[in-house]
Amino acid sequence: MNILVCISRVPDTASRILIGSDSKTIDPAGIKYVVNPYDEFGLEEALRLRTKNGGEVTAVTVGTAASTDVMRTALAMGADKVVLIKSENEPTDSFYVAKNIAELAKEISPDLILCGRQSVDYDSFQMTSVLAELLDMPSVSIVSALTVDSDKLTAERDIEGGKETVEAPLPCIISAQKGLNEPRYPKLPDIMKAKRKAIEERDAIPSEERVTISEMSILSKQRVGTILSDSDEDIAELVRLLHEDAKVI
Amino acid sequence: MFSLKFDEMQEQVRDTAAKFAKEEIAPSVIDRDINSKFPKEILEKLGELGFLGMMTDPDYGGSGLDAISYVLAITEIAKVDAGVTIVLSVQNSLVNWIIETYGTEEQKQKYLIPLAEGKKLGAYCLSEPEAGSDARGLMTMAEDKGDYWLLNGMKNWISTGQNADVHIVFAQTNHELKHKGIAAFIVDADSEGFEPGPKEDKMGMRTSDTCSISLTNVKVPKENLISEVGQGFYIAMTGLNGGRIGIAAQSLGIAKGAYEASVQYAKERKTMGIPIIKHQMIQQKLAQMSMKIDAAEMLVLKAAWLRSNKEDHIKASSEAKLFASTTAVEVCREAVQIHGGYGYVREYHVERMLRDSKVTEIYEGTSEIQHIVIAREIERS
Repeated sequence: MNILVCISRVPDTASRILIGSDSKTIDPAGIKYVVNPYDEFGLEEALRLRTKNGGEVTAVTVGTAASTDVMRTALAMGADKVVLIKSENEPTDSFYVAKNIAELAKEISPDLILCGRQSVDYDSFQMTSVLAELLDMPSVSIVSALTVDSDKLTAERDIEGGKETVEAPLPCIISAQKGLNEPRYPKLPDIMKAKRKAIEERDAIPSEERVTISEMSILSKQRVGTILSDSDEDIAELVRLLHEDAKVI
Repeated sequence: MFSLKFDEMQEQVRDTAAKFAKEEIAPSVIDRDINSKFPKEILEKLGELGFLGMMTDPDYGGSGLDAISYVLAITEIAKVDAGVTIVLSVQNSLVNWIIETYGTEEQKQKYLIPLAEGKKLGAYCLSEPEAGSDARGLMTMAEDKGDYWLLNGMKNWISTGQNADVHIVFAQTNHELKHKGIAAFIVDADSEGFEPGPKEDKMGMRTSDTCSISLTNVKVPKENLISEVGQGFYIAMTGLNGGRIGIAAQSLGIAKGAYEASVQYAKERKTMGIPIIKHQMIQQKLAQMSMKIDAAEMLVLKAAWLRSNKEDHIKASSEAKLFASTTAVEVCREAVQIHGGYGYVREYHVERMLRDSKVTEIYEGTSEIQHIVIAREIERS
């Protein structure tokens, strides 16, 4: 069974995000980039399915030349092959990314394509659906449990207030939800081996951008917690906050 | 050339260590401190991931990392729990390194591989009740009985003493030869007459088990002598040259952990209507802490770089250890001060870090001994 895993390179959620001078992009200075956490669930599931059924796991990312770091992580975790589809700028349009991944998918004809349910940078939630359309495949979104047989899969989906179990024929596209599995830590010897493995690089095919960002802004920071002292004024303030703001007393 | 830019591999090792520390080590840190619980399950997982053989050759079950990656990993884990890094530092830079550098092929096959693969834990038994800084004065005796060595004596302050499977024991073969009579042996913990004492009730690093070990007529096979009789003192000292880099990285991690907690607290905590980070007294403290940590980091990385490049690093590792351990204690003391009353309670972690930090000025060569080592190197050059 051959599996394609789509990986997005996103700022670590602990990073402080600043907007670039063009007001349309994230300023990459000082940001630590990581594998999108939801894509880690996808990759882990692919590796487990390979252990069970054999086959090959290919990881792909569409991103700038700097994206080799997340490709190395995928190799260290156990991907057999990684493909970096290089775009000149950080891609923000879901169609552009999906179009490029679809071209690769046509070449390698995977039995299963795994994505994260969303990328935690631009949060478009579109990859699964656009890919399904471009490849004319069934897709199942937000999957928290997955069983794959020779020609079909059974997936459990999180839906509002409950679970739904669905079936779909292979090849199929899945988007991974938290809870699907516990992603492994890469082993240190595998990190070392990944250093010597090849990253296949190819240029992105030009494609129209269907959605362009016209402006980005950061919401003014809201305090999540308040620390009060044990002075009389602060105790009075605490009572007021609990009564008027939190409305719990 | 010494570079401040880590490569992708080094960054990945650092990030993996940081993630593991946050997810797997942090949740139990307070419980293990209160109850002096050894991090057995954590070490099993770390072993599977290759952290117990970080710099060991992959041919002997290791991960084959350079010393820079090693210090990055130790620092990240020490930020969360320094006690866990005692086991890592002793095993990686003392036990594994000594067997890999001075051991025979048979010793490597039998002991190094399971150590590096994390299936066994190691300890380094040098100090004695009457010999710490003065390692030349070892009283533990090794007697050549023809077919085996017979060891008798007492070892003190042995990290991982109760939980280690493999011990490197330094012993005297002939008192008249002084340090030229010392030999190093690999001793299995299950040897008859090898008895770890009760766990020391320590000020800090309470998750790490430290104990004395008594050796009463312990028979050690001839093939477990490391190198030759007379080389023991040299092996012990060269081991510590590298070991100090591990302790320096550990100290750096403690300081960083305390500093990061302080910055976060100073931004959140308000007095006189403003976050305390706006108060100049706090600013002065944070600036000092940051500067000292940055300086310590440079020394640690320099020592690691020299070691990776197989250059002389005796002075560099002593300087790194001395400065980083002093920094750890100073930074932790200020961290508690910044936290005020909260800093004095366990839940806020910095009081533990202060307790943990103190021993970095004592073990693997006290700060006083580091000054002597550095001064000797100055004189020698």
